[in-house]
Amino acid sequence: MRNLHTDEIIKNIKEMCIEANYKLASDVEERVRGAYDQEATALGKQILGQLAENLDIASEDSIPICQDTGMAIIFIKLGQDVHIEGMDLEDAVNEGIRQGYEEGYLRKSVVGDPLIRINTKDNTPGIIHYEIVAGDRVEITVAPKGFGSENMSRVYMLKPSDGVEGVKRAVLETVKLAGPNACPPIVVGVGIGGSFEKCAVLSKKALTRSMDTSSPIEHIRELEDELLLEINQLGIGPGGFGGKVTALGVNIETYPTHIAGLPVAINICCHVNRHVSRVL
Amino acid sequence: MDQYINTPLTMDKVKGLQAGDYVYITGTIYTARDAAHQRMYQAMEEGKEIPFDLKDSILYYLGPTPAREGQVIGSAGPTTSSRMDKYTPLLLDNGLKGMIGKGKRSKEVVESMVKNKAVYFAAVGGAGALLSKKIKASKVIAYDDLGTEAIRELYVEDFPVIVVIDSKGNNLYEIVLQSS
Repeated sequence: MRNLHTDEIIKNIKEMCIEANYKLASDVEERVRGAYDQEATALGKQILGQLAENLDIASEDSIPICQDTGMAIIFIKLGQDVHIEGMDLEDAVNEGIRQGYEEGYLRKSVVGDPLIRINTKDNTPGIIHYEIVAGDRVEITVAPKGFGSENMSRVYMLKPSDGVEGVKRAVLETVKLAGPNACPPIVVGVGIGGSFEKCAVLSKKALTRSMDTSSPIEHIRELEDELLLEINQLGIGPGGFGGKVTALGVNIETYPTHIAGLPVAINICCHVNRHVSRVL
Repeated sequence: MDQYINTPLTMDKVKGLQAGDYVYITGTIYTARDAAHQRMYQAMEEGKEIPFDLKDSILYYLGPTPAREGQVIGSAGPTTSSRMDKYTPLLLDNGLKGMIGKGKRSKEVVESMVKNKAVYFAAVGGAGALLSKKIKASKVIAYDDLGTEAIRELYVEDFPVIVVIDSKGNNLYEIVLQSS
């Protein structure tokens, strides 16, 4: 058994909230900058040039990359040989978010009751996904998620007979409906299988996977490649003003499912696909 | 075509703007997003005053991040416009001439824009750090309790936008999909 104090968790979550909002992970940054050469339209190139310049200004002048600094989505892989000491883990995570959003000059974008809608003024609570795993380490991923693209995400409960063609139709339909609203070029996270809620969580997790990686499952890897190609033939382009680069990447995660079902979730993220991971 | 315009957005300027034009705006504009729209709408329905003069004005759908010491404003890119659609025709009927946001608008908004001769611009989504550099002054003028959603008066210089929907109803988002 290894002891881990919640002060460590607070400090790291605070730093990760700030880091994620000022500097893109290198895999995402390379795709954003690399898109310029792939784009054919003049306006599309101009937009992509602005996005690259925006990343420079964000890090040089300490201005968040995007004003929607998101709701803090936190994935925690908790080793079963770790003992957490100090305060409640959940309270510690939210304290880290609170400190990060205050000290990092990040926007407070969370309302308490979803219908009464009063801003909580400290961007808490975050959304925490726990996983208990082997070992004595804690892996934390902080993924601040903007809602321009979140609002354009969808879950489909397909029939088994819809098959891979049904999955492709669902993804392409979602990207088309999102159009300019989701701030293209986008990153597409797809969850296939599981249940209604499992596929949604998988699609979010897919967005946190490095864009330099492909699915280890061969037919899923092929599907990732095919979908990226077909999305980039839709003509939406950077900003939705037309062009070739509509998506920077498609990441798919899968899970076994029921004999009667084929759940598919598509979580859209804008080009500001933020995620930072640390192992404590 | 590249165009440079100054606010207020009077009718002669509106008529010269076409879907697809790249426009640099200089002058005073106002920010409002979801909660501020809801409040203004309610005030207008009750016959009360709203915090600024709508005539020939431009609204920017923005909720910025907090400014650091020495900065005018924090990150300042556009939010998705369609959430304001419910409230927009009433604002257009009362003199609003320009809107800056991102994404699609409803049929009702486009019809009201054509009727009232107004323009819908998009700024580049996700370029909030870059766009903040074009904002030279910022002041909260109403609804301070809404935090980032308060109404701000901004002074912008050469603020870069693209005409998506012009006063005749031409829509750049639709034009590019038809031609691809």
